[in-house]
Amino acid sequence: MTTVTMPQLGETVVEGTILRWLKREGETVALDEPLLEISTDKVDTEVPSPAAGVLTKILVPEGHTVAVKTPLAEVEEVGAGGQTGEAVAPSGAAQVAAAGAPADTAASAGAGGAGPESAPAPAPAPMTPTPAATSAPRPGGLPDRGPRSQILSPLVRRLAEEHGVDLSQVVGTGTGGRITKNDVLAYAAARQAAPPAPPAPPAPPPAAAVPQPAATAPQPAPVPPAAPAPQPAAPAPAVAGPREEVVPVSHIRRLIAEHMTRSLQVSARAWNAVEVDMENVARLRERAKEAFRAREGFNLTYLPFVARAVCDALLAFPMVNAEMRGEEIVIKRYVNLGIAVSYEEGLIVPNVKGADSMNLVGLARAINDVAVRARAKRLTPDEVHGGTFTITNPGPFGSLISVPIINQPETAILAFDTVEKRPVVIDDAIAIRHRVYLSLSWDHRVIDGALATQFLVRIKQNLETWDFAEDLGL
Amino acid sequence: MAQTGVESAAAGHGAEPRGKRTEDGQATYLVAIAEALWEEMERDERVFLLGEDIGVYGGAFKVTEGFIERFGPERVMDTPIAEETIVGLALGAAMEGFRPVAEFQYADFMSSGFDEITTALARYHYRSGVPIPVVLRAPSGGGVRASSFHSFNPEPWFAHTPGLKVICPAFPSDAKGLLKSAIRDDNPCVFLEHKWIYRRIKEPVSEDPDFLVPIGIAKIQREGSDVTIVTYGMMVHQALEAAEDLEQKGISAEVVDLRTITPLDKDTILSSVAKTSRALVLYESHRFLGVGAEVGAMIAEEGFEHLDAPVVRLAPPNVPVPFSPVLEDAYLPQVADIEAAVEKLAAW
Repeated sequence: MTTVTMPQLGETVVEGTILRWLKREGETVALDEPLLEISTDKVDTEVPSPAAGVLTKILVPEGHTVAVKTPLAEVEEVGAGGQTGEAVAPSGAAQVAAAGAPADTAASAGAGGAGPESAPAPAPAPMTPTPAATSAPRPGGLPDRGPRSQILSPLVRRLAEEHGVDLSQVVGTGTGGRITKNDVLAYAAARQAAPPAPPAPPAPPPAAAVPQPAATAPQPAPVPPAAPAPQPAAPAPAVAGPREEVVPVSHIRRLIAEHMTRSLQVSARAWNAVEVDMENVARLRERAKEAFRAREGFNLTYLPFVARAVCDALLAFPMVNAEMRGEEIVIKRYVNLGIAVSYEEGLIVPNVKGADSMNLVGLARAINDVAVRARAKRLTPDEVHGGTFTITNPGPFGSLISVPIINQPETAILAFDTVEKRPVVIDDAIAIRHRVYLSLSWDHRVIDGALATQFLVRIKQNLETWDFAEDLGL
Repeated sequence: MAQTGVESAAAGHGAEPRGKRTEDGQATYLVAIAEALWEEMERDERVFLLGEDIGVYGGAFKVTEGFIERFGPERVMDTPIAEETIVGLALGAAMEGFRPVAEFQYADFMSSGFDEITTALARYHYRSGVPIPVVLRAPSGGGVRASSFHSFNPEPWFAHTPGLKVICPAFPSDAKGLLKSAIRDDNPCVFLEHKWIYRRIKEPVSEDPDFLVPIGIAKIQREGSDVTIVTYGMMVHQALEAAEDLEQKGISAEVVDLRTITPLDKDTILSSVAKTSRALVLYESHRFLGVGAEVGAMIAEEGFEHLDAPVVRLAPPNVPVPFSPVLEDAYLPQVADIEAAVEKLAAW
């Protein structure tokens, strides 16, 4: 028997969440065939089976968060034939066990004589892998969430009726996805506790896992063993009124909600903004962009210019690049620059490691790389950990000015909005210039307004005065 | 009377068993049983004891040590090694108005008196209407490395026999109170003491000479909400230990101590199952047709509407009790086995 454990998908990853089991108990699985999907913080990935055989037991149900190396499932090898991935006819006893009967029953069935067992084993229909159908409702109306998800005890039926619970909405926590009495009661209680209001947000984890800084830094204060996140109470189901629709909350949505709420809870957020003249940058970009696109294969945006200016300012004002870790402030003399990337399902912030050592083109490439891979969900877990500062860029969507929430445990986040032509006064004349508002949300626990403003002004000066031509090969 | 060291020191001939309590006044299960016998013999002169070597020797486990000096050989009667005769004698004496308490050296040897117990003693009241206030005391159960001739749990045989009450206490207070109730009961009672508990478990026990525990009433020894463990005898102690561990794992187990096998306290069992919806029936008699087979069937039949998972049994396999310590441990449900069974049931 081989035990499948929660893999360590990066050196800073300490736990993961089971998103979805792609195999049910009793199904055969080939070596390296995807067995389940997990999520570590923000990156989702598939876990391949470490052995060929039958998935005999799922130890951690969907939605649970467990520490790295926690056993997740057991795969029973069934001879070399299992390598093909085809269904392997199990022995009589194994078949009974796979069907979920208690082990002692299986044992006594085995001892009960070879009569029925000697007949040719019927094709084990449920053993056929049908990952695509795992969430499709069965004719009975209940979603298929495991081999026991269709089993309803009389007690569960009665309770569901008494409490008016739609069992297709209840996720079973029993073995094999069975809906238990407690599942029904918890569902009913949660619904009563929060009637039509949106579902209560799950309790935030007690302590944010402290990501380690870049690998280049010496080992910092020991990372506290991340306690497995407490299993959130069953959220109260929303009841849709007329012309309303209830949309399930995705995993990424829930994580964003948790992170953003927690950030506002722990930080003393303050905000200010400067207006930056981008005329020089705009003209340079205009001159360079076609050649750049031809050479690099992607568009030259304003973002790498801002990123370059920010990296310099962070080194000049390292308190902005600090972290409140416990009772102390940890200053980082390197920049892992977080870039907020929106994609269909939500928002993710990969960071560019060592951004302070890159020139404009290097930054442009690195930012483009993480953004493309973020949208393709091809980030590695380490790429969303260890950021020191974040830039969010709602400009392309047309916003004038933004008030972002700090990406914990960082100290500040810069919003870079729409660059547009505005009439401005220059030397008592009205001129038309490319202008943008740069705004900073910052943590008043760590820095004060004077420093925040100095930091912003440094970025402004960099963008207005630097000559990026050389970086662009012009 | 300053007696110390319950386990080793004899109270002395003619001394009350109460003198064998610990310094802080606790009684072992064995002492509690001796106290019950002593008090009932003092209370009612129709009560007398009979059995093999219970007089001068004080009994195989020294329960009746000192009794013959206090009550004399006519009320503490040594008998031949002939269990059928012992039961027959007790039955005849009961017909004549006595209240005999017969001791078996080991419950395994009750089968030598089986015919007298099951066909004569158990049925006589049914046939004649005469009260039959007989108590058969016997040390039962395993866990003490005593092999297949000295470790048996015969309670299913006698629970299966109409006309007998079968009592299997797990704690000193219950042993004392139930034995006194059995002696005062007009029906034949099989009182199965557990020899593993004899000297292991002690507790403060009432000294009130009229302290009684009613026959046929189970007791919830530990409250819980997730799983009900229905058990009795030595397994109560294993279940309580398992429940303690399970609490650490977030599983709340309720432990129902039957105390009496027949009459079976269905109400307590079913109300517990109604609360938890999951039942593990844990018993030391053989799994097949053992006590838990009946309890499990009763729950399934009468508590079906409350169940959220199958009733699960945990009991020894159908083999003689092994002598090898390794095998005996494998035979008897262990705390870890109970925890595993409860965890599986709680997750069902």
